[in-house]
Amino acid sequence: MAMTETTATGFRLPFTLRVEPRLEAPRWLGAVTSAGALIVALVIGGGIIALAGGDPIRSYQHIFKAAFGSVGVLNDTLVKATPLILVGLACALAFRMRLWNIGAEGQFFLGAWGASAVVLIPLLPKTAPRPLMLLAMALAGFLCGALWAWLPGYLRARLNVNEVVTTLMMNYIAVSWVLYWVFGAWSEGGFQMSPVFPKNAWLPRLTDYAGAVEAFAGLTLHLGFLFGLIAAVLVWFILQRSRWGYEIRLIGDNPRAAHYAGVNMVRNTVLVMMLSGGLAGLAGMSEIAGVVHRLQGAISPGYGFTGIIIAWLAKLNPFAVVLVSILFGGLILAGREIQPSGVPRMLQGVILFCVIASDVLLRYRVRLVRRGAE
Amino acid sequence: MPEPVNAVEMHGIVKRFPGVLANDHVDFVLRQGEVHALLGENGAGKSTLMNILAGLYRPDQGTILVNGRRVHFNSPRDAIAAGIGMIHQHFMLVPSQTVTENIVLGLDTPRFFLRLAQLDRQILELQARYGLKVDPRAKIWQLSVGEQQRVEILKMLYRGARVLIMDEPTAVLTPQEVEELFVTLRDMVAGGHSIVFISHKLDEVLSIAHRITVLQHGRVTAAGLDAKSVTKRQLAQLMVGREVVFTVQKPPARRGEVVLSVEDVWADNDRGLPALKGLSLQVCSGEILGVAGVAGNGQSELAQVITGLRKCRRGRIVINGRDIANRSPAAAIAQQIAHVPEDRTGVGTAPTLSVADNLIMKSYRLPPISDGWVLNRPVIRQQAEKLKSDYDIIAPSVDVQARLLSGGNLQKAILAREMSAGPKLIVAVQPTRGLDVGAIEAVQQVLLNERSRGTAILLISEELDELMSLSDRIIVMYEGEIMGEVKPEETTLEQLGLMMAGQKLEQTAIGPATE
Repeated sequence: MAMTETTATGFRLPFTLRVEPRLEAPRWLGAVTSAGALIVALVIGGGIIALAGGDPIRSYQHIFKAAFGSVGVLNDTLVKATPLILVGLACALAFRMRLWNIGAEGQFFLGAWGASAVVLIPLLPKTAPRPLMLLAMALAGFLCGALWAWLPGYLRARLNVNEVVTTLMMNYIAVSWVLYWVFGAWSEGGFQMSPVFPKNAWLPRLTDYAGAVEAFAGLTLHLGFLFGLIAAVLVWFILQRSRWGYEIRLIGDNPRAAHYAGVNMVRNTVLVMMLSGGLAGLAGMSEIAGVVHRLQGAISPGYGFTGIIIAWLAKLNPFAVVLVSILFGGLILAGREIQPSGVPRMLQGVILFCVIASDVLLRYRVRLVRRGAE
Repeated sequence: MPEPVNAVEMHGIVKRFPGVLANDHVDFVLRQGEVHALLGENGAGKSTLMNILAGLYRPDQGTILVNGRRVHFNSPRDAIAAGIGMIHQHFMLVPSQTVTENIVLGLDTPRFFLRLAQLDRQILELQARYGLKVDPRAKIWQLSVGEQQRVEILKMLYRGARVLIMDEPTAVLTPQEVEELFVTLRDMVAGGHSIVFISHKLDEVLSIAHRITVLQHGRVTAAGLDAKSVTKRQLAQLMVGREVVFTVQKPPARRGEVVLSVEDVWADNDRGLPALKGLSLQVCSGEILGVAGVAGNGQSELAQVITGLRKCRRGRIVINGRDIANRSPAAAIAQQIAHVPEDRTGVGTAPTLSVADNLIMKSYRLPPISDGWVLNRPVIRQQAEKLKSDYDIIAPSVDVQARLLSGGNLQKAILAREMSAGPKLIVAVQPTRGLDVGAIEAVQQVLLNERSRGTAILLISEELDELMSLSDRIIVMYEGEIMGEVKPEETTLEQLGLMMAGQKLEQTAIGPATE
């Protein structure tokens, strides 16, 4: 065998980038890289806006103003964020156990349907007291979402059926199911929407209390937002402080270790899937009882899928889910101001891309090394 | 051949990993035609140094000369082109392909058409030259571990390697297979090859190596020692930097009643093939029952059926008078069975959870760790701190991720967790594998302490020395059956080796040890 003198060929810079695995990441690093990624995303987005002939600074100013610039638009942003928080939490919870629930959209629709059923079948008389009515609607929404997620969860736990496929496919069934009812039994005079719910089936809004607090006039933020905040605290508590959450984190980190620790995998898979579906279902209830006030085909511009993105951007942290949802709510809203969908959609995409790419910095350290030192 | 140039010279090699100086100006000289042992504890930098020589890592500083000429390796391909091949601890073979196919895999020639018959012949020739017998047409999965290792060696020889680096090659072999390997290595050296033999087993190193280089904490503590002029004790001291006691102090056994009784158990392995064939054994309180055997003869499955991780087809597993066969892992935990698993990172711990969270894996269901639904964080922390100091687990804090612990500290954490529940039975599988001398001592001491406390211990190990020094009784498993039971003071390594190779105790017929 011939001896060969092997050297790297080609042009050499005086410096080289070296990427090394990071042994330990400080706690603050995650937040810093995410913030950095957001800034980089805005710069890239600005570049694209400039290329399209726009003024990036003014566009961003406009977006900010349109989303957070006044009490009125901030209200609208939070209204938009409400369903996102709940579906984001639904996804974050399931993803923490490495259970890929891609079906939050369908569970959202089923939750909306379940809540509507209380009013439209009707399960409760139209004159039922408002708290009872709303409680029944919330429970029905939660249960329908949970049951819709039960099937993929059970199939996964018992027969190892891939939940990505089942949850995704069940989204289409869920949408068709709702359309069947709004075109048929619940149709209002042949239109593809149900009659408007009676007032006692509406979630209370700030504007309802304008009589007491004048500043609330015109603010449509509803009780569903509070549902979202409470759910965030609950999900955090379950994951970080409860025995069950410990099992979820253990399974998510190392299923074989969880099995070895005596964790019941079947039960946990089904339960986590159902809680995740229930949260998405509650989002559906909150949206129709808080905003739409009737059941119709177009109740979600893909909230369930945006929830997946939000869960990842939030790195599965329940409190971060709230923040990211508000940011996304703002982007959706501002999008309508600037352009129907182009720029804000582009920004969402670029942000997701940058945040996910920035994960590398959490796991690796990049160093600039002088050639001579090698 | 001209005046011998050194096969390999490595000068001033420095390799940093984040937070670790793995090699600190290491010099290493491999002469033509020698077996050079590279000795050191885990994490001493042996594998790093050799991975640099094999082209897997690039050094931060230092030069490498092969046959007197300076080389820069960017990949293992460069290294093999310079005649340097490494055989890793874990074989890199495709199980469903034949020996020949594996050997030519990844080569530039043949380019398109495989003339397998011709290649088979070439490989047989190569085998004949070095006494590496293995059927070229056999599929890898049909081969024993020893045979697979021969395939790895053939692979390197076929690629023209003149320098062979072997990373802990004997870890998976029976004593007989080790002897055969050593015969091969001697043949190869006689034929002009040079061999680097990485190990931390002192006896083996002394029997095969011509010269020995010892690393400690990334530095050379002894370079090129003549193997004939050093003792085991001196080497151990060079490795660890202090005196090492080789004999374990074992108080006489105080055997109590039967704790575990395995009765005629049959079970399949992951591939659905029978792994346990009507196996029966008993372990009493206060004794260590050692289980010897070459890896893959049903020992792992035995540990798994006892701890509820694997179903059995037939048979009873009675613990504390209760049959727990085919119940759940939780049922085994409830019967106070501790399990030190074979796979510390894959099964024994959750890598990105904190050390504290890892320490409650077996106790999180019970007070005081949890009250009903809620985890009791202050108690978890307190207990973690206590275990950390009691078991001397070295970690910056109990909040760091478990994956950041070294192998020895991870094992100490697992032991701490398993022992803290006050077990009635311990199933320990390879508890000291891959640990350095200091950690091995600590682990063995923990097991002996538990034995004195009256715990029944099933110790499954491939380290015969360990079984001989710790066990009160030893059974040998071969293909899912027990070949026989012996007492350590009445047997020899040879007898154990024969039983590990599939002979029944009666057939070994060498009677009580006269060694």
